[in-house]
Amino acid sequence: MAFDSTIFFDQLFSEAYLRGALLSLSLAIASQIGAVIIGFGLALGKSSKFAVVRSLCTSYIWFFRAVPALLLLLLMWNGLPQLSPVFQKEWYSPFLAAFIGLALAEGAFMAEIIRSALMSVDDGQQLAARALGMTRGQVLFKVVLPQATRVALPPTGNEFIGMVKYTSLASVISLQELLTTAQMGVAVTFRYAEYYAAATVYYLVIVSVLMLLQNRVERRFTWTSTPTRRRFPALSRAGAAGSPKQTTTQEKVPA
Amino acid sequence: MKTPPLLEVQNLHKSYNNVEVLGGVDFTVRRGQVKALLGPSGSGKSTILRMISLLEPADSGTILLDGEPIGVIGGRVDVRPAPERVLARQRTAIGMVFQKFNLFPHLDATRNVMSGLTTVLKVPKKEAREQALEMLDRVGLSARAHAYPAELSGGQQQRVAIARALVMKPKLMLFDEPTSALDPELVREVLDVMEKLASDGMTMVVVTHEMRFARSVASEVALFDSGQIVEQAPPDRFFDAPEHERTRRFLAHMH
Ligand SMILES: Nc1ncnc2c1ncn2[C@@H]1O[C@H](COP(=O)(O)OP(=O)(O)O)[C@@H](O)[C@H]1O
Ligand SMILES: [Mg+2]
Repeated sequence: MAFDSTIFFDQLFSEAYLRGALLSLSLAIASQIGAVIIGFGLALGKSSKFAVVRSLCTSYIWFFRAVPALLLLLLMWNGLPQLSPVFQKEWYSPFLAAFIGLALAEGAFMAEIIRSALMSVDDGQQLAARALGMTRGQVLFKVVLPQATRVALPPTGNEFIGMVKYTSLASVISLQELLTTAQMGVAVTFRYAEYYAAATVYYLVIVSVLMLLQNRVERRFTWTSTPTRRRFPALSRAGAAGSPKQTTTQEKVPA
Repeated sequence: MKTPPLLEVQNLHKSYNNVEVLGGVDFTVRRGQVKALLGPSGSGKSTILRMISLLEPADSGTILLDGEPIGVIGGRVDVRPAPERVLARQRTAIGMVFQKFNLFPHLDATRNVMSGLTTVLKVPKKEAREQALEMLDRVGLSARAHAYPAELSGGQQQRVAIARALVMKPKLMLFDEPTSALDPELVREVLDVMEKLASDGMTMVVVTHEMRFARSVASEVALFDSGQIVEQAPPDRFFDAPEHERTRRFLAHMH
Protein backbone atom coordinates (compact mmCIF):
# COMPACT_ATOMS: atom_id res chain seq x y z
CA MET A 1 0.00 0.00 0.00
CA ALA A 2 1.78 3.12 -1.23
CA PHE A 3 1.57 6.52 0.46
CA ASP A 4 -1.51 8.20 -0.99
CA SER A 5 -0.73 11.87 -1.14
CA THR A 6 -4.31 12.75 -2.04
CA ILE A 7 -5.55 11.37 1.27
CA PHE A 8 -2.69 13.09 3.05
CA PHE A 9 -3.38 16.52 1.58
CA ASP A 10 -7.14 16.16 1.97
CA GLN A 11 -6.65 15.55 5.67
CA LEU A 12 -3.95 18.16 6.05
CA PHE A 13 -6.30 20.87 4.87
CA SER A 14 -9.42 19.42 6.42
CA GLU A 15 -11.44 21.30 8.98
CA ALA A 16 -11.12 18.47 11.49
CA TYR A 17 -7.32 18.70 11.56
CA LEU A 18 -7.33 22.47 11.69
CA ARG A 19 -9.72 22.35 14.61
CA GLY A 20 -7.67 19.67 16.30
CA ALA A 21 -4.52 21.74 15.89
CA LEU A 22 -6.18 24.83 17.29
CA LEU A 23 -7.43 22.83 20.23
CA SER A 24 -3.95 21.42 20.89
CA LEU A 25 -2.42 24.86 20.66
CA SER A 26 -4.98 26.54 22.92
CA LEU A 27 -4.67 23.76 25.46
CA ALA A 28 -0.89 24.15 25.41
CA ILE A 29 -1.08 27.93 25.79
CA ALA A 30 -3.64 27.79 28.60
CA SER A 31 -1.79 25.05 30.46
CA GLN A 32 1.57 26.77 30.12
CA ILE A 33 0.16 30.06 31.42
CA GLY A 34 -1.41 28.19 34.32
CA ALA A 35 1.89 26.44 34.97
CA VAL A 36 3.83 29.70 34.99
CA ILE A 37 1.42 31.19 37.54
CA ILE A 38 1.55 28.07 39.71
CA GLY A 39 5.33 27.89 39.33
CA PHE A 40 5.74 31.54 40.30
CA GLY A 41 3.66 31.02 43.42
CA LEU A 42 5.65 27.92 44.31
CA ALA A 43 8.95 29.68 43.69
CA LEU A 44 7.96 32.49 46.06
CA GLY A 45 6.53 30.00 48.54
CA LYS A 46 9.75 28.05 48.61
CA SER A 47 11.58 31.10 49.94
CA SER A 48 8.81 32.04 52.38
CA LYS A 49 9.79 32.80 55.94
CA PHE A 50 7.15 30.33 57.13
CA ALA A 51 8.41 26.77 57.31
CA VAL A 52 4.89 25.38 56.69
CA VAL A 53 4.59 27.23 53.40
CA ARG A 54 8.05 26.08 52.33
CA SER A 55 7.36 22.42 53.03
CA LEU A 56 3.92 22.59 51.37
CA CYS A 57 5.58 23.88 48.21
CA THR A 58 8.30 21.26 48.39
CA SER A 59 5.68 18.52 48.76
CA TYR A 60 3.74 19.83 45.79
CA ILE A 61 6.82 19.82 43.59
CA TRP A 62 7.78 16.36 44.79
CA PHE A 63 4.31 14.95 44.06
CA PHE A 64 3.71 16.43 40.63
CA ARG A 65 7.21 15.67 39.44
CA ALA A 66 6.74 12.02 40.35
CA VAL A 67 3.27 11.33 38.95
CA PRO A 68 3.22 10.68 35.18
CA ALA A 69 1.21 13.26 33.25
CA LEU A 70 -0.83 10.55 31.55
CA LEU A 71 -1.88 9.12 34.89
CA LEU A 72 -2.71 12.59 36.13
CA LEU A 73 -5.01 13.24 33.17
CA LEU A 74 -6.84 9.96 33.73
CA LEU A 75 -7.21 10.85 37.37
CA MET A 76 -8.57 14.28 36.52
CA TRP A 77 -11.06 12.97 33.98
CA ASN A 78 -12.15 9.62 35.46
CA GLY A 79 -11.18 9.91 39.13
CA LEU A 80 -12.41 13.37 40.13
CA PRO A 81 -16.07 12.85 39.06
CA GLN A 82 -16.19 9.74 41.24
CA LEU A 83 -14.92 11.68 44.21
CA SER A 84 -17.22 14.66 43.88
CA PRO A 85 -20.50 15.13 41.98
CA VAL A 86 -19.39 18.69 41.18
CA PHE A 87 -17.21 17.22 38.43
CA GLN A 88 -20.07 15.24 36.90
CA LYS A 89 -21.69 18.41 35.61
CA GLU A 90 -21.68 19.68 32.04
CA TRP A 91 -19.04 22.38 32.65
CA TYR A 92 -16.34 19.84 33.46
CA SER A 93 -15.13 19.21 29.92
CA PRO A 94 -12.19 17.13 28.74
CA PHE A 95 -10.48 20.40 27.87
CA LEU A 96 -10.81 21.65 31.43
CA ALA A 97 -9.65 18.34 32.90
CA ALA A 98 -6.64 18.31 30.59
CA PHE A 99 -5.88 21.95 31.34
CA ILE A 100 -5.94 21.37 35.10
CA GLY A 101 -3.88 18.20 34.90
CA LEU A 102 -1.23 19.61 32.58
CA ALA A 103 -0.98 22.95 34.41
CA LEU A 104 -0.60 21.23 37.78
CA ALA A 105 2.10 18.89 36.50
CA GLU A 106 4.00 21.50 34.52
CA GLY A 107 3.74 23.95 37.44
CA ALA A 108 6.14 21.77 39.41
CA PHE A 109 8.75 22.07 36.66
CA MET A 110 8.18 25.78 36.13
CA ALA A 111 8.68 26.32 39.86
CA GLU A 112 12.29 25.18 39.61
CA ILE A 113 12.95 27.23 36.49
CA ILE A 114 11.44 30.38 37.98
CA ARG A 115 13.12 29.87 41.33
CA SER A 116 16.59 29.57 39.88
CA ALA A 117 15.88 32.52 37.58
CA LEU A 118 14.87 34.64 40.58
CA MET A 119 17.97 33.55 42.46
CA SER A 120 20.22 34.36 39.52
CA VAL A 121 19.49 38.07 39.91
CA ASP A 122 22.39 39.77 41.69
CA ASP A 123 21.70 40.66 45.31
CA GLY A 124 22.90 44.20 44.65
CA GLN A 125 19.78 44.75 42.56
CA GLN A 126 17.37 44.44 45.45
CA LEU A 127 19.71 46.46 47.67
CA ALA A 128 19.77 49.33 45.18
CA ALA A 129 16.02 49.17 44.65
CA ARG A 130 15.27 49.15 48.36
CA ALA A 131 17.73 51.98 48.93
CA LEU A 132 15.63 54.05 46.52
CA GLY A 133 12.62 53.40 48.74
CA MET A 134 10.92 50.64 46.77
CA THR A 135 8.72 48.27 48.75
CA ARG A 136 9.31 44.53 48.53
CA GLY A 137 6.54 44.17 45.95
CA GLN A 138 7.98 46.94 43.80
CA VAL A 139 11.45 45.42 44.05
CA LEU A 140 10.06 42.10 42.86
CA PHE A 141 7.94 43.35 39.98
CA LYS A 142 9.97 46.32 38.74
CA VAL A 143 13.51 45.10 39.27
CA VAL A 144 13.90 41.39 39.95
CA LEU A 145 11.20 39.92 37.71
CA PRO A 146 12.24 41.60 34.45
CA GLN A 147 15.76 40.28 34.96
CA ALA A 148 14.61 36.83 36.02
CA THR A 149 12.34 36.66 32.97
CA ARG A 150 15.32 36.98 30.69
CA VAL A 151 16.96 34.03 32.42
CA ALA A 152 13.76 31.97 32.50
CA LEU A 153 12.77 32.57 28.88
CA PRO A 154 14.89 29.96 27.07
CA PRO A 155 14.01 27.06 29.40
CA THR A 156 10.36 28.15 29.48
CA GLY A 157 10.29 28.13 25.69
CA ASN A 158 11.60 24.61 25.84
CA GLU A 159 8.93 23.60 28.32
CA PHE A 160 6.26 25.17 26.16
CA ILE A 161 7.33 23.13 23.16
CA GLY A 162 7.20 20.08 25.37
CA MET A 163 3.73 21.13 26.46
CA VAL A 164 2.48 21.22 22.86
CA LYS A 165 3.47 17.59 22.58
CA TYR A 166 2.06 16.69 25.99
CA THR A 167 -1.37 17.88 24.89
CA SER A 168 -1.50 14.72 22.75
CA LEU A 169 -1.92 12.81 26.02
CA ALA A 170 -5.37 14.33 26.24
CA SER A 171 -6.40 11.94 23.48
CA VAL A 172 -6.93 9.37 26.26
CA ILE A 173 -9.65 11.50 27.81
CA SER A 174 -11.43 11.99 24.48
CA LEU A 175 -10.38 15.57 23.87
CA GLN A 176 -10.52 16.09 20.11
CA GLU A 177 -7.08 17.51 19.72
CA LEU A 178 -4.64 16.68 16.92
CA LEU A 179 -3.80 13.13 17.85
CA THR A 180 -7.42 12.17 18.54
CA THR A 181 -8.33 13.60 15.16
CA ALA A 182 -5.74 11.39 13.52
CA GLN A 183 -6.77 8.34 15.55
CA MET A 184 -10.40 8.75 14.60
CA GLY A 185 -9.53 8.94 10.94
CA VAL A 186 -7.31 5.91 11.18
CA ALA A 187 -10.00 3.89 12.91
CA VAL A 188 -12.24 4.23 9.86
CA THR A 189 -9.77 4.17 6.96
CA PHE A 190 -6.72 2.29 8.29
CA ARG A 191 -4.56 4.80 6.38
CA TYR A 192 -2.08 5.11 9.24
CA ALA A 193 0.77 6.74 7.33
CA GLU A 194 -1.32 9.49 5.73
CA TYR A 195 -3.30 10.41 8.82
CA TYR A 196 -0.32 10.34 11.18
CA ALA A 197 1.81 12.27 8.70
CA ALA A 198 -0.80 15.01 8.56
CA ALA A 199 -0.71 15.30 12.37
CA THR A 200 3.09 15.31 12.29
CA VAL A 201 3.09 18.24 9.89
CA TYR A 202 0.86 20.22 12.23
CA TYR A 203 3.13 19.59 15.19
CA LEU A 204 6.15 20.59 13.10
CA VAL A 205 4.48 23.81 12.00
CA ILE A 206 3.30 24.71 15.49
CA VAL A 207 6.70 24.10 17.08
CA SER A 208 8.55 25.96 14.30
CA VAL A 209 6.34 29.01 14.74
CA LEU A 210 6.86 28.85 18.50
CA MET A 211 10.63 28.68 18.07
CA LEU A 212 10.56 31.75 15.85
CA LEU A 213 8.41 33.56 18.37
CA GLN A 214 10.72 32.60 21.20
CA ASN A 215 13.64 33.98 19.26
CA ARG A 216 11.87 37.29 18.76
CA VAL A 217 10.85 37.58 22.40
CA GLU A 218 14.35 36.76 23.58
CA ARG A 219 15.75 39.44 21.32
CA ARG A 220 13.59 41.99 23.12
CA PHE A 221 15.56 41.16 26.24
CA THR A 222 18.99 42.16 24.94
CA TRP A 223 18.87 45.48 26.81
CA THR A 224 20.96 47.42 24.37
CA SER A 225 20.13 50.63 22.55
CA THR A 226 21.12 49.08 19.23
CA PRO A 227 19.23 45.86 18.47
CA THR A 228 21.74 43.04 18.20
CA ARG A 229 21.53 39.30 18.44
CA ARG A 230 22.08 37.87 21.90
CA ARG A 231 25.26 35.86 22.01
CA PHE A 232 26.99 33.74 24.54
CA PRO A 233 28.20 36.08 27.31
CA ALA A 234 31.75 34.83 26.85
CA LEU A 235 31.68 35.85 23.21
CA SER A 236 29.91 39.13 23.69
CA ARG A 237 31.76 42.30 24.60
CA ALA A 238 28.72 43.90 26.16
CA GLY A 239 28.60 41.44 29.02
CA ALA A 240 26.71 41.66 32.27
CA ALA A 241 25.99 45.05 33.74
CA GLY A 242 28.28 45.80 36.59
CA SER A 243 31.34 44.67 34.75
CA PRO A 244 33.71 47.55 35.19
CA LYS A 245 35.95 46.48 32.36
CA GLN A 246 34.41 48.17 29.36
CA THR A 247 35.57 51.52 28.25
CA THR A 248 33.33 52.80 25.53
CA THR A 249 32.98 56.28 24.17
CA GLN A 250 34.87 59.03 25.81
CA GLU A 251 32.88 62.10 26.71
CA LYS A 252 33.52 65.12 28.74
CA VAL A 253 33.67 65.00 32.48
CA PRO A 254 31.67 67.69 34.27
CA ALA A 255 33.63 70.80 35.07
CA MET B 1 18.20 76.39 70.19
CA LYS B 2 20.98 75.13 67.99
CA THR B 3 20.03 72.86 65.12
CA PRO B 4 20.86 69.19 65.56
CA PRO B 5 23.45 67.52 63.32
CA LEU B 6 21.97 66.11 60.14
CA LEU B 7 23.11 62.62 61.03
CA GLU B 8 23.83 61.32 64.45
CA VAL B 9 24.81 57.70 65.05
CA GLN B 10 24.81 56.65 68.69
CA ASN B 11 26.25 53.49 70.15
CA LEU B 12 25.42 51.31 67.15
CA HIS B 13 25.91 47.57 67.62
CA LYS B 14 25.67 44.76 65.12
CA SER B 15 26.67 41.11 65.22
CA TYR B 16 26.52 38.38 62.62
CA ASN B 17 26.33 34.86 64.03
CA ASN B 18 27.50 36.11 67.41
CA VAL B 19 30.51 37.81 65.91
CA GLU B 20 30.47 41.48 66.70
CA VAL B 21 30.92 43.58 63.56
CA LEU B 22 29.96 46.96 65.00
CA GLY B 23 30.90 47.52 68.61
CA GLY B 24 29.22 50.74 69.62
CA VAL B 25 29.81 53.26 66.86
CA ASP B 26 29.24 56.96 67.52
CA PHE B 27 29.57 59.77 65.06
CA THR B 28 27.84 62.86 63.81
CA VAL B 29 27.74 64.60 60.48
CA ARG B 30 26.65 68.22 60.31
CA ARG B 31 24.66 69.64 57.45
CA GLY B 32 26.87 70.17 54.43
CA GLN B 33 29.73 68.18 55.88
CA VAL B 34 31.56 65.40 54.12
CA LYS B 35 32.68 62.58 56.37
CA ALA B 36 35.29 60.21 54.96
CA LEU B 37 35.43 56.77 56.54
CA LEU B 38 38.71 54.94 56.16
CA GLY B 39 39.60 51.52 57.44
CA PRO B 40 40.92 48.11 56.57
CA SER B 41 38.79 45.59 54.71
CA GLY B 42 36.36 43.76 56.96
CA SER B 43 36.30 46.48 59.61
CA GLY B 44 32.56 47.05 59.24
CA LYS B 45 32.45 50.10 56.96
CA SER B 46 29.87 48.66 54.58
CA THR B 47 27.88 47.33 57.50
CA ILE B 48 27.51 50.75 59.07
CA LEU B 49 26.36 52.23 55.77
CA ARG B 50 23.76 49.47 55.45
CA MET B 51 22.49 50.35 58.93
CA ILE B 52 22.31 54.09 58.17
CA SER B 53 20.58 53.48 54.84
CA LEU B 54 18.10 51.25 56.70
CA LEU B 55 18.81 48.30 54.44
CA GLU B 56 19.43 46.19 57.53
CA PRO B 57 18.45 46.76 61.15
CA ALA B 58 21.07 47.35 63.82
CA ASP B 59 21.00 45.18 66.94
CA SER B 60 20.95 48.26 69.15
CA GLY B 61 21.76 51.92 69.03
CA THR B 62 20.18 54.98 67.54
CA ILE B 63 20.33 56.69 64.18
CA LEU B 64 19.01 60.24 64.13
CA LEU B 65 18.37 62.01 60.87
CA ASP B 66 17.67 65.69 61.37
CA GLY B 67 17.18 64.98 65.06
CA GLU B 68 14.55 62.29 64.45
CA PRO B 69 15.21 58.61 65.13
CA ILE B 70 14.88 56.55 61.96
CA GLY B 71 14.48 52.84 61.38
CA VAL B 72 12.69 52.22 64.64
CA ILE B 73 9.34 52.65 66.23
CA GLY B 74 8.85 53.37 69.89
CA GLY B 75 11.30 55.21 72.10
CA ARG B 76 14.99 55.69 71.74
CA VAL B 77 15.85 52.97 74.19
CA ASP B 78 13.46 50.34 72.94
CA VAL B 79 14.86 49.43 69.54
CA ARG B 80 12.29 47.72 67.42
CA PRO B 81 12.73 47.81 63.66
CA ALA B 82 10.01 49.83 61.98
CA PRO B 83 7.72 47.99 59.55
CA GLU B 84 9.04 47.65 55.99
CA ARG B 85 6.59 50.25 54.68
CA VAL B 86 7.88 52.91 57.05
CA LEU B 87 11.48 51.95 56.33
CA ALA B 88 10.89 52.21 52.58
CA ARG B 89 9.54 55.73 53.02
CA GLN B 90 12.42 56.78 55.27
CA ARG B 91 14.99 55.40 52.85
CA THR B 92 14.00 57.95 50.21
CA ALA B 93 15.70 60.63 52.35
CA ILE B 94 19.03 58.81 52.16
CA GLY B 95 20.85 58.23 48.88
CA MET B 96 23.12 55.23 48.59
CA VAL B 97 25.86 54.57 46.05
CA PHE B 98 27.38 51.11 45.90
CA GLN B 99 30.81 49.87 44.99
CA LYS B 100 29.38 47.73 42.19
CA PHE B 101 27.00 50.47 40.90
CA ASN B 102 24.01 48.11 40.91
CA LEU B 103 22.32 49.84 38.00
CA PHE B 104 19.22 48.09 36.70
CA PRO B 105 20.51 46.35 33.55
CA HIS B 106 17.08 46.18 31.90
CA LEU B 107 16.61 49.95 31.95
CA ASP B 108 18.55 52.59 30.02
CA ALA B 109 20.36 55.37 31.89
CA THR B 110 17.37 57.70 31.85
CA ARG B 111 14.94 55.09 33.09
CA ASN B 112 17.39 54.00 35.77
CA VAL B 113 17.39 57.55 37.07
CA MET B 114 13.61 57.81 36.69
CA SER B 115 12.85 54.58 38.49
CA GLY B 116 12.77 55.96 42.03
CA LEU B 117 10.75 58.99 40.96
CA THR B 118 8.03 57.09 39.15
CA THR B 119 7.86 53.97 41.30
CA VAL B 120 8.40 55.41 44.76
CA LEU B 121 7.49 59.08 44.61
CA LYS B 122 4.77 58.60 41.95
CA VAL B 123 6.07 61.51 39.87
CA PRO B 124 4.34 61.55 36.45
CA LYS B 125 6.48 59.98 33.70
CA LYS B 126 7.01 63.13 31.68
CA GLU B 127 8.14 65.16 34.66
CA ALA B 128 10.32 62.32 35.93
CA ARG B 129 12.01 62.09 32.54
CA GLU B 130 12.80 65.81 32.58
CA GLN B 131 14.28 65.59 36.05
CA ALA B 132 16.27 62.49 35.11
CA LEU B 133 17.75 64.15 32.02
CA GLU B 134 18.63 67.21 34.06
CA MET B 135 20.36 65.03 36.62
CA LEU B 136 22.24 63.07 33.94
CA ASP B 137 23.42 66.41 32.59
CA ARG B 138 24.70 67.29 36.05
CA VAL B 139 26.89 64.19 36.10
CA GLY B 140 28.04 64.87 32.52
CA LEU B 141 26.13 62.09 30.82
CA SER B 142 23.51 63.83 28.66
CA ALA B 143 25.08 62.23 25.62
CA ARG B 144 24.60 58.72 27.03
CA ALA B 145 21.06 59.18 28.34
CA HIS B 146 19.70 56.30 26.28
CA ALA B 147 22.54 53.85 26.73
CA TYR B 148 21.95 50.71 28.75
CA PRO B 149 24.27 49.89 31.67
CA ALA B 150 26.07 47.19 29.67
CA GLU B 151 26.98 49.84 27.10
CA LEU B 152 28.53 52.19 29.66
CA SER B 153 32.00 52.20 31.17
CA GLY B 154 32.31 51.62 34.90
CA GLY B 155 32.85 55.31 35.53
CA GLN B 156 29.78 56.20 33.52
CA GLN B 157 27.72 53.57 35.31
CA GLN B 158 28.74 54.95 38.68
CA ARG B 159 27.81 58.47 37.61
CA VAL B 160 24.37 57.22 36.53
CA ALA B 161 24.07 55.52 39.92
CA ILE B 162 24.90 58.81 41.63
CA ALA B 163 22.30 60.59 39.48
CA ARG B 164 19.73 57.91 40.34
CA ALA B 165 20.25 58.55 44.05
CA LEU B 166 20.46 62.34 43.72
CA VAL B 167 17.26 62.75 41.77
CA MET B 168 15.34 61.65 44.86
CA LYS B 169 16.61 64.85 46.57
CA PRO B 170 18.02 63.03 49.59
CA LYS B 171 19.13 64.87 52.71
CA LEU B 172 22.17 62.66 52.95
CA MET B 173 24.28 60.72 50.46
CA LEU B 174 26.18 57.58 51.40
CA PHE B 175 28.98 56.22 49.22
CA ASP B 176 30.43 52.76 49.75
CA GLU B 177 33.83 52.68 48.04
CA PRO B 178 32.38 54.28 44.91
CA THR B 179 35.62 54.05 42.94
CA SER B 180 37.02 50.72 44.15
CA ALA B 181 35.57 48.70 41.27
CA LEU B 182 36.84 51.10 38.63
CA ASP B 183 39.83 50.97 36.35
CA PRO B 184 42.29 53.63 37.54
CA GLU B 185 41.71 55.91 34.56
CA LEU B 186 37.97 56.07 35.35
CA VAL B 187 38.28 57.02 39.01
CA ARG B 188 38.76 60.72 38.38
CA GLU B 189 35.43 61.31 36.59
CA VAL B 190 33.52 59.86 39.54
CA LEU B 191 35.51 61.77 42.15
CA ASP B 192 34.93 64.96 40.14
CA VAL B 193 31.17 64.46 40.36
CA MET B 194 31.43 63.83 44.09
CA GLU B 195 33.60 66.89 44.65
CA LYS B 196 31.12 69.05 42.81
CA LEU B 197 28.34 67.56 44.91
CA ALA B 198 30.26 68.36 48.09
CA SER B 199 30.87 71.94 47.02
CA ASP B 200 27.16 72.29 46.26
CA GLY B 201 26.59 71.61 49.95
CA MET B 202 25.43 67.98 49.94
CA THR B 203 25.94 66.15 53.22
CA MET B 204 27.91 62.99 52.51
CA VAL B 205 29.40 59.96 54.20
CA VAL B 206 32.04 58.40 51.98
CA VAL B 207 33.78 55.10 52.59
CA THR B 208 36.90 55.35 50.50
CA HIS B 209 40.51 54.37 49.98
CA GLU B 210 41.18 57.54 48.01
CA MET B 211 43.43 59.40 50.44
CA ARG B 212 43.76 62.47 48.23
CA PHE B 213 40.00 62.76 47.99
CA ALA B 214 39.63 62.38 51.76
CA ARG B 215 42.21 65.05 52.38
CA SER B 216 40.94 67.60 49.89
CA VAL B 217 37.16 67.13 50.11
CA ALA B 218 36.28 65.72 53.52
CA SER B 219 35.43 67.99 56.40
CA GLU B 220 36.26 65.19 58.77
CA VAL B 221 38.05 61.89 58.39
CA ALA B 222 37.44 58.85 60.58
CA LEU B 223 39.42 55.66 60.88
CA PHE B 224 37.33 52.58 61.35
CA ASP B 225 38.83 49.41 62.78
CA SER B 226 37.25 46.25 64.16
CA GLY B 227 33.82 47.82 64.28
CA GLN B 228 34.85 50.94 66.09
CA ILE B 229 35.95 54.44 65.26
CA VAL B 230 39.57 54.72 66.31
CA GLU B 231 40.14 58.34 65.47
CA GLN B 232 38.25 61.15 63.84
CA ALA B 233 39.58 64.57 63.03
CA PRO B 234 39.65 67.24 60.34
CA PRO B 235 41.80 66.03 57.44
CA ASP B 236 44.85 68.16 58.21
CA ARG B 237 45.12 66.83 61.71
CA PHE B 238 44.11 63.31 60.75
CA PHE B 239 46.76 62.96 58.07
CA ASP B 240 49.55 65.17 59.44
CA ALA B 241 49.28 64.69 63.17
CA PRO B 242 47.27 61.59 64.00
CA GLU B 243 46.90 60.94 67.72
CA HIS B 244 46.64 57.18 67.65
CA GLU B 245 49.26 54.63 66.86
CA ARG B 246 46.65 52.62 64.92
CA THR B 247 46.02 55.58 62.60
CA ARG B 248 49.74 56.08 62.00
CA ARG B 249 50.13 52.43 61.10
CA PHE B 250 47.13 52.55 58.77
CA LEU B 251 48.40 55.67 57.02
CA ALA B 252 51.90 54.26 56.69
CA HIS B 253 50.35 51.24 55.04
CA MET B 254 48.38 53.33 52.57
CA HIS B 255 51.30 55.39 51.29
N1 LIG C 1 25.38 39.53 55.96
C1 LIG C 1 26.47 39.16 56.66
N2 LIG C 1 26.51 37.95 57.28
C2 LIG C 1 27.58 37.57 58.00
N3 LIG C 1 28.69 38.30 58.14
C3 LIG C 1 28.73 39.51 57.54
C4 LIG C 1 27.63 39.99 56.77
N4 LIG C 1 27.95 41.21 56.30
C5 LIG C 1 29.19 41.48 56.75
N5 LIG C 1 29.67 40.47 57.50
C6 LIG C 1 30.98 40.43 58.17
O1 LIG C 1 31.14 41.64 58.87
C7 LIG C 1 32.46 42.10 58.77
C8 LIG C 1 32.49 43.52 58.26
O2 LIG C 1 32.09 43.52 56.92
P1 LIG C 1 31.95 44.84 56.06
O3 LIG C 1 31.07 45.80 56.76
O4 LIG C 1 31.57 44.46 54.70
O5 LIG C 1 33.45 45.39 56.08
P2 LIG C 1 34.14 46.47 55.16
O6 LIG C 1 33.11 47.13 54.33
O7 LIG C 1 34.79 47.42 56.12
O8 LIG C 1 35.17 45.76 54.35
C9 LIG C 1 33.22 41.12 57.90
O9 LIG C 1 33.94 40.26 58.73
C10 LIG C 1 32.12 40.39 57.18
O10 LIG C 1 32.52 39.07 56.93
MG1 LIG D 1 32.94 47.17 52.25
